[in-house]
Amino acid sequence: MLAASTLTLLPQHCKLCGTEYPAEPIAICSECLGPLEPTYPRDRVYPDRDDIERRAPSLWRYREWLPFDGEPVYSHDTGFTPLIEAPCLAAALGVGRAWVKNDAVAQPTLSFKDRVVASAINAAHALGLGVVGCASTGNLANAVAAHAARAGLPAWIFIPEDLEPAKVIGTAVYGANLVRVRGHYDDVNRLCVQLADRFGWGIVNVNLRGYYGEGSKTMAFEIAEQLGWRLPTAVVAPMAGGSLLTKLRKGFGEFLSAELVNGPAPKLFGAQASGCAPIVRLVESGAAKLTPEIPNTVARSIAIGNPADGPFAARAMVESGGWGAHVSDAEIVAGIRLLAETTGVFTETAGGTTVAAALKLAREGRLGQDDEVVVCITGNGLKTTDVVRDVLPEAPVVDAKVREVAALVAARPAPSAREAGFPGA
Amino acid sequence: MPATLHLPAILAKLADAKVIESAGATVGALVSDVATRYPSLAPRLRDADGQPYPFVTFYLNDEDIRFHGGFDAPLADGDEITVVPAIAGG
Repeated sequence: MLAASTLTLLPQHCKLCGTEYPAEPIAICSECLGPLEPTYPRDRVYPDRDDIERRAPSLWRYREWLPFDGEPVYSHDTGFTPLIEAPCLAAALGVGRAWVKNDAVAQPTLSFKDRVVASAINAAHALGLGVVGCASTGNLANAVAAHAARAGLPAWIFIPEDLEPAKVIGTAVYGANLVRVRGHYDDVNRLCVQLADRFGWGIVNVNLRGYYGEGSKTMAFEIAEQLGWRLPTAVVAPMAGGSLLTKLRKGFGEFLSAELVNGPAPKLFGAQASGCAPIVRLVESGAAKLTPEIPNTVARSIAIGNPADGPFAARAMVESGGWGAHVSDAEIVAGIRLLAETTGVFTETAGGTTVAAALKLAREGRLGQDDEVVVCITGNGLKTTDVVRDVLPEAPVVDAKVREVAALVAARPAPSAREAGFPGA
Repeated sequence: MPATLHLPAILAKLADAKVIESAGATVGALVSDVATRYPSLAPRLRDADGQPYPFVTFYLNDEDIRFHGGFDAPLADGDEITVVPAIAGG
């Protein structure tokens, strides 16, 4: 049952050729097949710092930069996740200062995908759509299922067959129609493009994609506000489809244009797993076209071999003065442990990839003592415990006797990730 | 080789058909035939260099042709080629 609302959706235009479209569930230009993005009214009045600070701590405190007119109907609790200063991580990286943007505790489903789905579910409402769906590597599946449940909308959710059990359970529990597809994410994605044609559902990352993606900008807005209305010198974020990098750039740019912050825009650095790194390899090669890959990595949440925003993300990195890095599965697992041991934040494989990539970029001299670095942690480690279970020391079992514990204390504890020789830690 | 080209709705209106029967030794040859027969569709299938238009992906029997030589991917009798808009997902 949809709530009564006056929420309306902004029209769209093609990012490439500029053709204009009314607010509809379409995401590509019928003229050139380029991506559509919302058209913000030129006379829109933007809030100042004081206005924003008086608002509730959610991503809707930046609602003028989101593609709606009127008040959001759903997902009022999404966004405004903690930005945590991380001096031990800064020391491990060898950078001036470091912060963790902790979307591992995003609401309601513990990943940054809550941001994009908060935007998409309100878009679906404004368009009067009766069914929502997505193609997902896991976190988006969780988010669409949960936000759809709140909105009382049926959801059709498509995932690769072999996703982590926690991500399957964390979708099915909301009562969604969950379908496991044989193949990789790219097969699932192609299927969903065809399903959007066939059924007319609001598939958030297919035909609602222009509205959905805008939610990612709020991560940039929050970083700027939580740093005290200023910008870091560098941001490191994981890349799957590449959209987050492009939206971080757009978000920082919009706050600069609004004169809410000053100074140079941050250098943007993208992280991928070596077993699926088409965007990083595009940056490294300087090629004109992205070469798709067949994923083979433990970082399933970012295992997209044919990333739609790959060329745009590559441009965002290079033009901002940043770069990309890809890391092995062993480095990803070590990155999860390093983040946990230096910040108290337990992230999933995408976060391990980001931390390990930050370390690699620092060792290459691309990040240094002059840098203030924000590391974007986009997902929660409790969803991918299988990758760390076998590398963590097994907890000893004792009788309830002091002497047994004393014997343990006397013995050297099992080595941590740093002591175990994590490179550069 | 006779084969079938399936178009997404956004391109089907340019050809006034969702499915086009055509033929060629390779995907590129088939696309060339279709482009000749449907001039308004042509620039959404091939770029100025005769390569796949960057905002579509061609699948040969459900596999991305870029893993099989791109437009040089050989066709067999009865193959199905599906064109899908590239901007989606993530």
